[in-house]
This record gives sequence, structure tokens and C-alpha cells, in this order.
Amino acid sequence: MKGMSVALDEETIRERAVAFLAGHDPGDRLEFLRARFDAGLAWVHFPEGLGGLGAPRELQNVVERELAGTPQLDTGVQGIGLGMAAPTILTFGTEEQRGRFLRPLWTGEEIWCQLFSEPGAGSDLATLGTRAVRDGDEWVVDGQKVWTSGAHHSRWAILVARTDPDLPKHRGLTYFVCDMHAPGVEVRPLRQITGEAEFNEVFLTGVRLDDSLRLGEVGDGWRVAQTTLMNERVAIGGAPVRRGGGMVGVVAETWRSRPELRTHDLHQRLLRLWVEAEVTRLAGARLREQLSAGQPGPEGSGMKLSFASLNQALSGLDVELRGEEGLGYDDWTFRRSDSVDFFGRGPGYRYLRAKGNSIEGGTSEILRNIVAERVLGLPSEPRVDKDVPWKDLPR
Amino acid sequence: MTLLYTEVEEELRASVRDLLADRCGSDAVLRRVESASPYDMDLWKTLSREIGVAGLLVPEEYGGAGASAREVAVVLEELGRAVAPVPFLTSSVLATSALIGTGDELLGRLAAGEVTVALAVSFAASPYRPAGSVTVRDGVLSGQVRAVAGADVADVLLVPAGGGLYAVDTADATVEAVASLDLTRPIATVTLSSAPGREIAGADVRRALVTGAGLLASEQLGVAEWCLGTTLAYIKERHQFARPVGSFQAIKHRMADLWLDVVRARAAARNAADLLAAVPHIATDAAGAAAAEAGELAAAVAKSWCSEVALRVAEEAVQLHGGIGMTWEHPVHLYLKRAKSTEIALGTPGAHRDALAVLADLPAPA
Ligand SMILES: Cc1cc2nc3c(=O)[nH]c(=O)nc-3n(C[C@H](O)[C@H](O)[C@H](O)COP(=O)(O)OP(=O)(O)OC[C@H]3O[C@@H](n4cnc5c(N)ncnc54)[C@H](O)[C@@H]3O)c2cc1C
Repeated sequence: MKGMSVALDEETIRERAVAFLAGHDPGDRLEFLRARFDAGLAWVHFPEGLGGLGAPRELQNVVERELAGTPQLDTGVQGIGLGMAAPTILTFGTEEQRGRFLRPLWTGEEIWCQLFSEPGAGSDLATLGTRAVRDGDEWVVDGQKVWTSGAHHSRWAILVARTDPDLPKHRGLTYFVCDMHAPGVEVRPLRQITGEAEFNEVFLTGVRLDDSLRLGEVGDGWRVAQTTLMNERVAIGGAPVRRGGGMVGVVAETWRSRPELRTHDLHQRLLRLWVEAEVTRLAGARLREQLSAGQPGPEGSGMKLSFASLNQALSGLDVELRGEEGLGYDDWTFRRSDSVDFFGRGPGYRYLRAKGNSIEGGTSEILRNIVAERVLGLPSEPRVDKDVPWKDLPR
Repeated sequence: MTLLYTEVEEELRASVRDLLADRCGSDAVLRRVESASPYDMDLWKTLSREIGVAGLLVPEEYGGAGASAREVAVVLEELGRAVAPVPFLTSSVLATSALIGTGDELLGRLAAGEVTVALAVSFAASPYRPAGSVTVRDGVLSGQVRAVAGADVADVLLVPAGGGLYAVDTADATVEAVASLDLTRPIATVTLSSAPGREIAGADVRRALVTGAGLLASEQLGVAEWCLGTTLAYIKERHQFARPVGSFQAIKHRMADLWLDVVRARAAARNAADLLAAVPHIATDAAGAAAAEAGELAAAVAKSWCSEVALRVAEEAVQLHGGIGMTWEHPVHLYLKRAKSTEIALGTPGAHRDALAVLADLPAPA
């Protein structure tokens, strides 16, 4: 019963998961996922009725263990929805918005993308120029977004647009859910250095969005976007849980199975990177422990930085190590990708795709600024862009 | 297993930190290292007897606290943070670990803080290269060991010779302190000329070196944390070009990278302490052997990573302090010297990485 607080301990959650499994057929993937959401076993830390039980976040592991053999989410394609849109909708959405969006987002019936970056606004996201102008109960959106991963199969997008150009840049922004099927939304693939098109440019021309698609107050878009970005960066993405797993496991496997490739120099570098991978894995494990003990450390801000440089170094070593094979490439075909199949592709692909790790979701330079200022408390550089109306900024 | 600190560990940390704040400030350490007795044996007495750190590793049946490598690691963090000139690592960690499975009578006296012991191997020895140039005949030992840390304040020396380990009264040996790079943990030359030794059956020097290396990583973490914190405070204060020097991005990015290195050093050091704590005193079965191997791997990872991080942060600390960092008066040099010495001590980073070729199954080229 809602409002009544049942002590939600590990055992209770486990029992619920077991009972759920006994009563539902995992054979029908979609029905199974929908029922799982309705049973509050999607993300247990979400409120009741929204796929959760209002339980501590770490108890999700209990559910995952019990339901390990059942249909799983496609975290590649659903990544932006699950990792960024969902926490933002939960924090800023109305009752209606939460009820409308979260279930199909979780089950994967509706895919989400992120319409933040623009040709003129990347690291400096707050300088973005896509306009949203009010027209009665609707907003009319005009502008161009870029590097939009997965826009080609998305039903919805999280969108930040400028609603008041006369205010300083951080204050004139508003956050919307954008209907990717609305007239005026045009998605064009952008070919990446890997050959395929994972991301797109998205042109928004006279796109009409109902005011009910606004997330948060008018002018409060920057604050709402911070929630999205924090969730994006804290996601310990790609962190292997197992010793010697992930990218270092791939290189180690090549090393073990191909003795003829070994040289002393490569050996020294491999051992060095193996140690770095291991300490980075341990730092991730320690961070997860801190989070589940309810003491979120500032360590989260830095993990992505470590993983990016490590992934790049390891994938580079993997290509070099393979010698002649490293001169080849698996597939340059220009095509839309459904998902990032990092480990399923060849070493050349991994090397090239990993280059994006230090750019996507905040560049490594920007993340260093964040660590220095928010974690270490160092002063920011003198700024010239903070109090000037957006329309008067040099560009 | 946990990589976090338990409440008990935090309490232990607090009592050590309080004592050191009171008795082991940087001025005191600077004065001490130039005096005739660079080790602070009064402080050591309080630490070992009143706080009881000397008996942490000693099993309860021999009068110790029956604690584990985890608690020892926390004490080492604090001692590193203060570059405290006390023989905890050499007596309560290295020497005690060598004796742990033996039930020798020294254990009880170590725990009570009655004796200070040193393992008479070079501080530059590693678990992978068996040390020992001392010969033994009918329990009488002869030979010389150089660069022994903590020997000049030890009452008893544990000397590896002829495949065994011998207890030798320091009074029966010649221990000569030498000028040392690390002023806060000076080394000495130990000379034995027909010194009587008592053989200790079942002692394990290799185990001591593995434990010592893995836990030294926690001391290095303490050194790194002090250097990072002190440098941060300084660059927030120090103004040039009408701004704090810590507001320049070239410096902020370096600090962010150092911080990430230290975050990972903490995880690595905690992991080593945790896995070394899980190694049984006498490994007789397969599970014990597996735990010993896991401890060895974790120690190799922690020592190789933390050595380099402590040194990097200490070197950056000197650089970012400018001229003041180059002075004798500012304590940062004590940390640099400690960091540089511990890089070599108990296996260099490279030696530990080489060991991973076997431990992590990454074989060297033929
Ligand atoms: C694979 C991939 C997928 C992406 N997916 C999406 C997506 O789905 N949705 C979306 O909205 N965006 C997405 N992005 C965009 C990404 O967020 C931006 O590329 C990123 O924020 C950088 O912006 P920018 O490309 O304009 O580079 P810029 O901001 O122009 O940066 C250029 C260089 O200058 C450096 N720089 C900039 N400012 C500073 C500063 N203050 N101090 C020091 N250095 C600085 C940067 O670090 C970088 O090296 C994706 C990017 C990639 C590579």
C-alpha cells in the first residue's frame, strides 16, 4: 500500500524478485519487461508506481542477481534514456510526464537521444543558440544540433533551447522533451572516423512542442541540464568489475595467445597499463562501495577521465601489438549503427572509437576543470561571459 | 572485504593522528633529523605501548591485538602523512611479519613494546630477489648487510643466513648509521663478526617482504596525501599576476591529474591491505595458497602504483611551491626524500611489475 513504509531490506526485495519470476513468463520479452516495471523491479530506488519501490539504490543488485537469466535491457541503445533522461524526468518532471515517459523508456519501447551540443556550443553548452519561442500553449523551436548519438532511432529527445536571448547565457535557457517525430525535425547522419554513423546532425525547423513537454520552469534550463550532465559523468561507464576484464582483457588475451608478437618494450608497456587498469578498476569498485554506503565521494567526477585515457592507451597498444594485422581494418562501410559494439569489432575500430571517450560527455579538459574547481576547490579562471546578455556575446 | 575504512580503523587513525599532531609536527621532525638520534624513541614508546600499534599484527595468544594488515595500513598512512621518524614499518611490520607463524617468544615482547626488532636485509631488497650474504656456522654468524632501515634503534636483529633466520642481539653486532637520503628513516650497515645467533624455526622472510611492500604502499599514500593537500592550500593562497596561482589552468589540470592518481593509490593500497589481511598465518591448503597469491598480486600492484604516485606528487609539490619548496626550512623536502627512498625500498616499481608477468599471466618474450 502506498504511504505505508515496509522495511525494504535485502531479503524482502529478493523474495519479491523470486515471486515475480515465478508468476511471469520470460519468454515474451516485452510483456516481461513491462510487468517487471509494474512490479517495481525496474530500478528499485525509483518511487512506487514508476518502476521502483523507493528502496536504497544498492538493492538493485539483488534484483539483477535473481533476474539474471531473463530478458535484459539494451543498455547501448537505451543508454541516454536510462542514464540521462530518466533521472532528469524523475527530478523535474510533473506527475503526468513521469507517468507518460518512464515506462516505455525503461522497457526500450521508446528510445531517447540528447539534443544538447550545437555547431557553436560544445564545451560551452550554455552558449547554445537554438531558439524556442512561445506561441500560446506551444513552443516553436528553430536551430541546429550536432553530434546527436542515436537520433536516427529515437522517439524522444531531451533538448535545451534559448527562450530569452536578452539574459546572460546561463539564465535564458529552458529544457524540453522534443518529439523526434514532429514535423520540422530532420535527422542527417554524420560519418565518423570509424566509417559508420553513430551520431547525427539534427535540424529543427519550426518544430512545435506543446508546453506540456517542458521540463522544469521557463528559464531554469541550465539547472535542469546540470542534473542530466551530472548523471552522465558519474555513470562509471565501461568500468570492468572483474580483474583483468574490459579492454585490458582484450589486450592480455592477444598477448597470451600470440607469443610471436611479444617484445620487451611492449611487455614493459603492457605491464604498466595492466597496473593502471587494475588500480582504476579498484577505484571504481571503491566508489561504488561509497555510493551504496550512502557516502557519495567526489571520486565520481574523475572516473570518466581515467577510463578515457586508459581505454585509448590500451586500444592503441592492441593495434600496435598485432603488427601486420594492425594494418588492416574490419569494415569502413558508411552505415547507421544500431549500437556501439565495442568488443565485437576489430582492434582498429576500438582504437578509433575510443578517441571519442575523451570528447563525448564532457571533454577531458573540461572534466579536469570540474575536478579542480568542484573537488579541489581551486578558483575559476577570470570569466568575461557570465553577466553579459547572451545576444551581446562575441562569437 | 571492503575497500572503505571501518569505524574501528577510523578510531585508530584518529588516535594516531592526534598523537602525531601533538608530538610530531614538521618543526619537531626537522629538528629531530639533525640531532644525534634521528629516530624519535620517546614518541615510539607512546605509540607502541599506549596506543598499542606494535602489537597490531601479533596474534592474541602471544599478547598482541590480533588485528590485521588493514589496521596496520591505517597507522602507516598516518605515519607517512607526518613522515614520523619511528621504527613501526621496520619493527612492527617487517620483523613481526617474519615471525608471525613461528610462535617465537619475541612476538610477545614485540607486542608489549619491550623490544624493537629489525629484519637485517637491505631496505632495497625485494620479495623477488632473495637477499643474504651472511654465513652461519654452528649458530655463529658472519657477514655484512648494508642499507638496513631501523637497525640502529633495534634491540634484536633478525638475520637471514644459510636458508634460516637467526635472532642476534644488537649488542653482538656492529651497527653503523650512514648518511641517508631519507632523513626520517636512516639506514645503517650491519656487520657481524662471529656473532651468536638463535635460529627461529619456521620464519618466513619472503612473506615479510611481500607484506612489507604491500603495506609500504599505504605509507606512500599518506605521503602523497600530505603533499597534495599542502600544495593545494599553498596555491590557493599564493598570488602572482594578481590571482591565486591555483587559478591558472596549467596548474589546475596538473592538480586534477595528481588527485586522480591519489584516488587510485588509495584504492590500490586499501585493496592490498585487505587481501594481505586475508592471508592465513600458516598456509597449508589450496585456499591458503590462493589467498597468499592474491595478496602477493595486490601487493605488487599497490607498491608499483603508489611508489610512482607518491614520488610524482612530492616532486610536483616541490615545483609548485617555487623557491620556498627548495629550502631546508620547508618540510616538503622530507616528503620528497621519503618518497624517493620508498620508491627503491622493498622492490622498485619495475621489479613489482616484472613480478606481474607471472602473477597476472602476462609472460615475458622468450
Ligand atoms: C562520439 C560522440 C558522441 C556524442 N554524442 C552526443 C550526443 O548524443 N548529444 C550531444 O548533445 N552531444 C554529443 N556529443 C558532443 C560532445 O558533448 C561535444 O563534442 C563535447 O562537449 C565537446 O564540444 P565540441 O565538440 O564543440 O568541442 P569544443 O568545445 O569546441 O572543444 C575543442 C577543444 O577545446 C577544448 N576546450 C574547450 N573549452 C575549454 C576550456 N575552457 N579549457 C580547456 N580546454 C577547452 C576541448 O577540450 C577540446 O579539446 C558527442 C560527441 C562525441 C565525440
